[in-house]
Amino acid sequence: MVDPALRPPANLVSPRARWYWTVRALMGWLGVFAFEVVFWPGWHRLTGEWFWVAVVTVLLAAAHLIVMPQWRYRVHRWEASGTAVYTQSGWFNQERRIAPVARIQTVDTNRGPFEQVFGLSNVTVTTASAAGPLKIHGLERGLADRLADDLSQRTQSAGGDGT
Amino acid sequence: MTHTGTDPAPTVEEVYETWHRLSPRMLMIHPVAELGRALPALIGVFFASNHNGNGSWWSLAVAVVVLVLAVSRWFTTRLRITPEQVQLRHGLIRRRTTATPIDRIRTVDVTSHLLHRALGLARVSIGTGTSDRRGRGRLVLDGLDADAAEHLRSDLLHGRGRVRTAVVPDPGPSTPDELIARLDPAWIKLAPFTLSGAFTALIVFGFAERVWQETRVNLLHVGPLGWLDRQLGHASVLAAVLVVIALILTFVALASYAGYLLTFWDFRLTRHVGGTLHVDRGLLTSRATSIERRRLVGIEISQPVLLRAVGGARTVAIATGLRARRGAERGGEVLLPPAPAAVATAVAAVVLGTAGPFGAPLVSHGQRALRRRLTRGLGGALIATGVAELLHLVGAHGWVVPLVALSIPISVPVALDRYRSLGHALVDGYVVTRFGSVVRRHSVIACDGVIGWNTRSSLFQRRLGLTTLTATTAAGKQGYRITDIDTVEALRFVDAASPGLITEFRA
Repeated sequence: MVDPALRPPANLVSPRARWYWTVRALMGWLGVFAFEVVFWPGWHRLTGEWFWVAVVTVLLAAAHLIVMPQWRYRVHRWEASGTAVYTQSGWFNQERRIAPVARIQTVDTNRGPFEQVFGLSNVTVTTASAAGPLKIHGLERGLADRLADDLSQRTQSAGGDGT
Repeated sequence: MTHTGTDPAPTVEEVYETWHRLSPRMLMIHPVAELGRALPALIGVFFASNHNGNGSWWSLAVAVVVLVLAVSRWFTTRLRITPEQVQLRHGLIRRRTTATPIDRIRTVDVTSHLLHRALGLARVSIGTGTSDRRGRGRLVLDGLDADAAEHLRSDLLHGRGRVRTAVVPDPGPSTPDELIARLDPAWIKLAPFTLSGAFTALIVFGFAERVWQETRVNLLHVGPLGWLDRQLGHASVLAAVLVVIALILTFVALASYAGYLLTFWDFRLTRHVGGTLHVDRGLLTSRATSIERRRLVGIEISQPVLLRAVGGARTVAIATGLRARRGAERGGEVLLPPAPAAVATAVAAVVLGTAGPFGAPLVSHGQRALRRRLTRGLGGALIATGVAELLHLVGAHGWVVPLVALSIPISVPVALDRYRSLGHALVDGYVVTRFGSVVRRHSVIACDGVIGWNTRSSLFQRRLGLTTLTATTAAGKQGYRITDIDTVEALRFVDAASPGLITEFRA
């Protein structure tokens, strides 16, 4: 028997999430670069092996900042059907999570400072298992709130203690 | 467990409905326990204030305060059990009332430390499934009469007497509990292979080191150790090393035997007619743990490499409300002491009601999984050796490189063994997964207990068409994974274990 493969979840996250991921990764790389400058003896002379360390850092950062957000944007997807929530996340390591709506315990939305700048919001769906929270990053704020409301309502009507 | 009027032991009925103090014999336990706990502080106070000659007075004052507080604990703690709730009121300055609804109770553990046992007392600790996963919501009744504790446990879990009769029908007091397993003295010979003694050895070593630091008394110059040190001074280095290793191994083995006996003395696994499992064990501190049938999601049989070499295995229950803890003896979830693997499998079959899950052959993960184990093992060892070489160039000791390079020849047999461990199956409504070499874990969880599924795959796994599938559950480790399963097989497996869940997400 040949099984039809699992398709990716139907919905992409907000396109603005790419910029959010870029900015967040940029912050990390600036930290790395600042560290190198601080511990760089004679950085103003731009010579020696430390010069090449800096060049490699910049190249790695550029590659990461260009590739990662696009890649991640194509991977990060979500879908909420009447009976189950299905998410896909990651870029190098990819993860898919499926949980039945009947076993959802809480639905939260949250926003970090950078996410607020881009008008984005995360939705976290938790079950009774500590190993399985489903996180949807980078949704538009209005959509995230509607999704959370919708899921909470369906969870309440499902009843049971979800364990 | 009926009580007639002539029975002198206080019955559970006495505790019901009215506010009731714990046993007055706790007045003898609290001060000893609290003084013991305060001992480091007392010593600290003694030395801190000793320079002006008042150290002993200050210590005495602190000790008196500790004693008064300890005694006040008994006077301020009251217990009431209504048909709906167990209520505990305690606190000297801030009065607190903790109430636990009886239909939420999932675990009732009865523990008696040495002092408790000498005075015929017990500590009852009541847990409600979901909350004690976060360590909160446990209600501890420290100091019930041992008989009363046993009755209370039985009442709370089986609804005998006045509690919960509506929920669980009374099976009648005449039905004896079914004995599933009891300690076989032959199992004790497995103790040295559990390495439990190694921790004891480390603790003793740490203690000796502290003593040396504090007192500057070199333990190598006193007592039998001093004699040994002088003898070895005349011997060759090789002989000295061998003797020291032999001594350490002997100590670890003896400590392991002692630990095994202390923990598992008088071990019994029984099953109540209602399906609740009871575990009783312990030499000095006796413990009684219960696992309700509906909380039992599955069983894990784990084999650390040494234990596996001698054919032994540990058996733990995977149950909601019991978080898997480090060290198999520590949690309330032990189903069997380290025992021969065949016994572990047989007991698991009785507990689950089917021999299938641990008896069925597992589906092997094939050549691609083997390749991945080998590249990961060998690759990891090579990278580690490269890093060691770099560190050596930067200035680390020369012996780092050969030491790390040793991992290269070791990694291959380990990778092969890890591959041999890999397997999964779906038997009698149970998800079965096995993996690991240093610790091989064979886990079985009921499909009903599986909440959802996660698949995780790295770029390398995707190129091989493999994925790591994780069944999430509210019990035990919360997630049980099937490593490097074929992607298509993973889908088929999920579909069989949780019918209908992924149907609508298929292309």
